[in-house]
Amino acid sequence: MSVLDTLIQGILLGGLYTLFAAGLALVFGIMRLVNLAHGDLIVMAAFLILYLVTGLGLNPFVAALIAMPVMFGIGWALQYFVLNRTLGPDILPPLLVTFGLSIVIQNGLLQGFSADSRRIPIGPLESASINLGPIAVGVMPLLTFASAVLVIVALNVIFYRTSLGRAFRATSDDKVTAGLMGIRPDNIFAIATGLALVVATIAALYLGARANFDPTIGPARLIYAFEAVIIGGLGSFWGTLVGGIIIGVAQTFGASINPEWQILAGHVAFLIVLLFRPRGLFPRAVD
Amino acid sequence: MTILALKNVSKSYGALKVTQDVSFTLEKGEALGVIGPNGAGKSTLFNLITGNVLVDAGQIEFDGRDVTRENPMARCLAGVGRTFQIPQPFDKLTVFENLVVAGAFGSSASESDVTGRCADILEQTGLGPRANDLAGGLSLLQRKRLELARALATQPKLLLLDEIAGGLTEGECVQLVDTVKSVHATGVSIVWIEHVLHALTSVVTRLLVLDFGKVIGIGEPDEIMNSKAVREIYLGIDV
Repeated sequence: MSVLDTLIQGILLGGLYTLFAAGLALVFGIMRLVNLAHGDLIVMAAFLILYLVTGLGLNPFVAALIAMPVMFGIGWALQYFVLNRTLGPDILPPLLVTFGLSIVIQNGLLQGFSADSRRIPIGPLESASINLGPIAVGVMPLLTFASAVLVIVALNVIFYRTSLGRAFRATSDDKVTAGLMGIRPDNIFAIATGLALVVATIAALYLGARANFDPTIGPARLIYAFEAVIIGGLGSFWGTLVGGIIIGVAQTFGASINPEWQILAGHVAFLIVLLFRPRGLFPRAVD
Repeated sequence: MTILALKNVSKSYGALKVTQDVSFTLEKGEALGVIGPNGAGKSTLFNLITGNVLVDAGQIEFDGRDVTRENPMARCLAGVGRTFQIPQPFDKLTVFENLVVAGAFGSSASESDVTGRCADILEQTGLGPRANDLAGGLSLLQRKRLELARALATQPKLLLLDEIAGGLTEGECVQLVDTVKSVHATGVSIVWIEHVLHALTSVVTRLLVLDFGKVIGIGEPDEIMNSKAVREIYLGIDV
């Protein structure tokens, strides 16, 4: 039974990694921008939620709802005023700028919130669990996974069923021609990054409620997110979910063998997938 | 009434003068053909009109308004539609989605308002059967038609056609010319760059000749085709 237990815990953990990765996949899919500050932006959102919960006494879920539009605005402005200027045929400028941004955010958070390890208090939910047959499953991990699936479904609906999504795809296809069709690529890119940070806020809620965080943990979360996106095949949302689950399952199985192997096992799984499917599990047909 | 007026428009890339002091006007509902050898600056002229390239000097007026410094999106919303010499559909969108995107964003309308019109344009351009296929899988003729259809979806007052007949068979060319004629008949003004002269002259009422970025003639097609300058350029003979 412990194998089944480990598998389920792994899949649920994969939900968290999917949430880390979905925003990254969205931004990369639309504008080929690799945002090295994504992990730090998640941590920033977690501090924002923490501030709303401890400072104003709000329920963490309500706090996350309030943080979402704030993070959308930050993402929109970041893309519109900073990152749009870095986009072009050369891939280096966005990498350098987001790397710098990552350092700025980390140090800004250190300045504002100190290096202490924090946690978003969620009351009794923290330890609540429900019994599924012989296995007890935590309510928070279940909520995390359900949110991840919802986010992936929502992103797919937006991407393939709405006017905004068609504009996303058209701009991703050909920015110049999109401009001639009355689309403002700068604005479309800014909306995409805003949306990515809304997803990052959801990720931040579960990150901060399930484990301790401090201003420096962003880059490590970014690596899991990257691995999930790459395993999934860059830019495919369902692929990102599968990628997140693979990393999560590998980590829990690694940990069940030896706690020191948790992180290593995730990275090894990533390398194995790359070895056999260098373009990921669900690569784009044309690129 | 004048829909488009270029006044002493110039553009250089370094020492290369691609457009030199070009002036002409286009009346509402008129169809103007643009001819000239390769590298004469024909496509640059379109880029200047759509705003993809900004002029170094001179002025561009569209529909009674100075648009010289406006960006491509603003000009598209004002009613400038264009097709590309090398078709550039959004490959990862379906044929219908290509039109809907152009229709909704190109005329600031909601998608539900434009779907009916987009379906009509698909029929008009003969793309109905391919509506739900990805644009990336179309043949050359279909891609050229999609270029035209997508430009029409933005509800242009002025349509800029860049060599839409090039590379097509005679039969395909005739079909496309019929489509252009039907569009022109609805009152859309047209500027058409084309090397396939018989296709061009069956639609346009005036021809403009460009060479080395300069206008070397503008007038009735017959008069232009028989002029000394054009014969020198096209036939390479001294007359």
